[in-house]
Amino acid sequence: MTGNAEILQAGFADPVFDSQRAFRTVLGALSEPGLVAELDPALTPPPGLEPATAIALLTLADYETPVWLPPALAAGAAGRWLRFHAGAPLTTTPADSAYAVITAGAEAPELFDFHPGDDQFPDRSTTIFIQCTSLEGGLPVILAGPGIPGSRRFAPQGPVPEFWRAAAANHARYPLGVDCLFTAGRRIAGLPRSTRIETGETR
Amino acid sequence: MEPDPLVESRQRRLAILARAPRQEIETLLETVGGAPPHEALKAPETGTVIVEGRAGGTGRRFNLGEATVTRCVVRLEDGTLGYSYALGRDKTKARLAALIDALAQDAQRGPVIAAGLARLALDQQALRALASRKAAATRVEFFTMVRGEG
Amino acid sequence: MYVAVKGGEAAILATHELLAETRRGDPAVPEIAPAQIREQMGLAVARVMNEGSLYDPDLAALALKQAQGDTIEAAFLLRAYRTTLPRFGASLPLDTGAMAIRRRISAAYKDLPGGQVLGPTYDYTHRLFDFALEEGGETPALTPAPAPLAETMPRVPDILGQEGLMEAEAPPEGDPAPFDLTRASVSFPAGRDVRLQAMARGDEGFMLGLGYSTQRGYGNAHPFAGEIRLGEVAVSFVPEELGFAVDLGDLTLSECQMINQFAGSKDIPPQFTRGYGLAFGHAERKVMSMALVDRALKARDLGEAADYPAQQEEFVLYHADNVEAAGFVEHLKLPHYVDFQGELELIRRIRAEREARLAKGQDHLPEAAE
Repeated sequence: MTGNAEILQAGFADPVFDSQRAFRTVLGALSEPGLVAELDPALTPPPGLEPATAIALLTLADYETPVWLPPALAAGAAGRWLRFHAGAPLTTTPADSAYAVITAGAEAPELFDFHPGDDQFPDRSTTIFIQCTSLEGGLPVILAGPGIPGSRRFAPQGPVPEFWRAAAANHARYPLGVDCLFTAGRRIAGLPRSTRIETGETR
Repeated sequence: MEPDPLVESRQRRLAILARAPRQEIETLLETVGGAPPHEALKAPETGTVIVEGRAGGTGRRFNLGEATVTRCVVRLEDGTLGYSYALGRDKTKARLAALIDALAQDAQRGPVIAAGLARLALDQQALRALASRKAAATRVEFFTMVRGEG
Repeated sequence: MYVAVKGGEAAILATHELLAETRRGDPAVPEIAPAQIREQMGLAVARVMNEGSLYDPDLAALALKQAQGDTIEAAFLLRAYRTTLPRFGASLPLDTGAMAIRRRISAAYKDLPGGQVLGPTYDYTHRLFDFALEEGGETPALTPAPAPLAETMPRVPDILGQEGLMEAEAPPEGDPAPFDLTRASVSFPAGRDVRLQAMARGDEGFMLGLGYSTQRGYGNAHPFAGEIRLGEVAVSFVPEELGFAVDLGDLTLSECQMINQFAGSKDIPPQFTRGYGLAFGHAERKVMSMALVDRALKARDLGEAADYPAQQEEFVLYHADNVEAAGFVEHLKLPHYVDFQGELELIRRIRAEREARLAKGQDHLPEAAE
């Protein structure tokens, strides 16, 4: 075990209060889709995970929530870090995952490859972290629905038009579907399945 | 995970530490110069483990209930990791036990720690044997009554 | 007429203070410490750990102190605290066959390997007061036997099982992880894992009453106490980051294997069937009751009639939890001013209508008012 010691980063300094604060922020992000929030607990993430992804995963994942990581991350420091700190098992099957991490614009499974929940338990779906270079300045979309007064402009850098089409199709199968969290640095924004998406050209 | 010769000795070490009173662990740590500089890779944390039984002792698994468990993982300056997992809520003990687990892997202090842990194991064995001897005093010795003789 | 009111805050804060004062009792009497409760009221501690569903003798002792000895209130404290803790994972299934025995008896087998070990029991006391305890200064006088007991002792049903006369207890295909009723809601028919978990955290008094009912004719029970054992069992757990089992220490456990006659059915030859009880700490009455009800709940699986309460899993599982039961019974203390006002208005109206009709000489009244 000692062989991995030099690449393992520490977890939360205060596991209880750090994770509670982070949980509140993630909850807020999913309640107000497209509104960018910042996660403040101090944490050095392993290579490959945005700080916000790492903080949120450490807060949410545990031994009962299999996590899907891109193969390179799963085999490297990020996978070890997650198993070490969250006790979460890794899975290679997207449909078995409770959480997943993908990088916007990079090679990744389709949204529809992840678990959409089932009719009896729609909540047993995958929550996907989409890592971006920034949560501003990208191709804008207009969001509407629960948690949004009127409509909200959201423009993360990274997601390509096909992604937004898939996200709109994901909304169409509500109450089933996956929920997404966009991360960049310490910033995070939510896109639950309940949000309607109108792409680009509207404005 | 492939069989690791170090795993078994570590399992024995953690089992002894889990049963040792905090004071004993503290004393043992003092014999090797006290707590070395370290980082809490996983700060001492109390949680639970759900305890499983088996129906009839051998059958279907079921959840009996939870137990409080406190864990800690430390990293020494040379990168050595020390773990502790034990029943109860003693976070100080968790950190001390993790330090012992880390120092036990050290070339100089390892043998001193191993000797100290062996002593603790003997104490624990003696306590167990005494409890068993007390129970043995209540074992029924049946004898057959001789009947029907003039 | 209902008028919304607020208030009571000052009164509620004062009850906290009065409660603390009442709990403390006469200040001339020394205050009790949780460690004293843990060491000297161990059977109450065990009960609270079982019904609170959390093994932690120190916390259970503190809960008893805080609750003035009310075991249900104490169990509630333990349950509430439990919800604030992260769960690291599930233990490996306990091996009660490896128990370090402190008590082990069988009412079915006299000469069993390992022997009958009476252990610390009230069974052979005369239920006469020991007034020496009033004065304190109890001095144990036991002389330990020269040699300890065998390291492990076989479980009685495992011995009988070798003859093939005993219902086998083997894990189902794949040895599946058990259902956890604290994480998901129960649906019926419930599996044996669900039933055993519910009973393990169920109220001892309720389980005792149900178990008793099966013996009294409200169930088809002809039980023998195949084995009762008490002692310490190591519990271990595989942390994800280590990948191997870590021994967390020892749990004190009580276990009961109840043996029941079974005449056989179309598919199953005549044999002994089994009921199982397992609990934290020394909780013998609890595990015996649980084992009786476990067997009664097998009625459906064995093709027996299920006519009595102890054989009906919905009845047993929905009413065994004393924290839930106490909550629902005691919620009646909460203000129901609006509900009651509604009922009052209704009764007044019906009464007025009735009197009006009687005054008009109509004596045939409608059945009931909505």
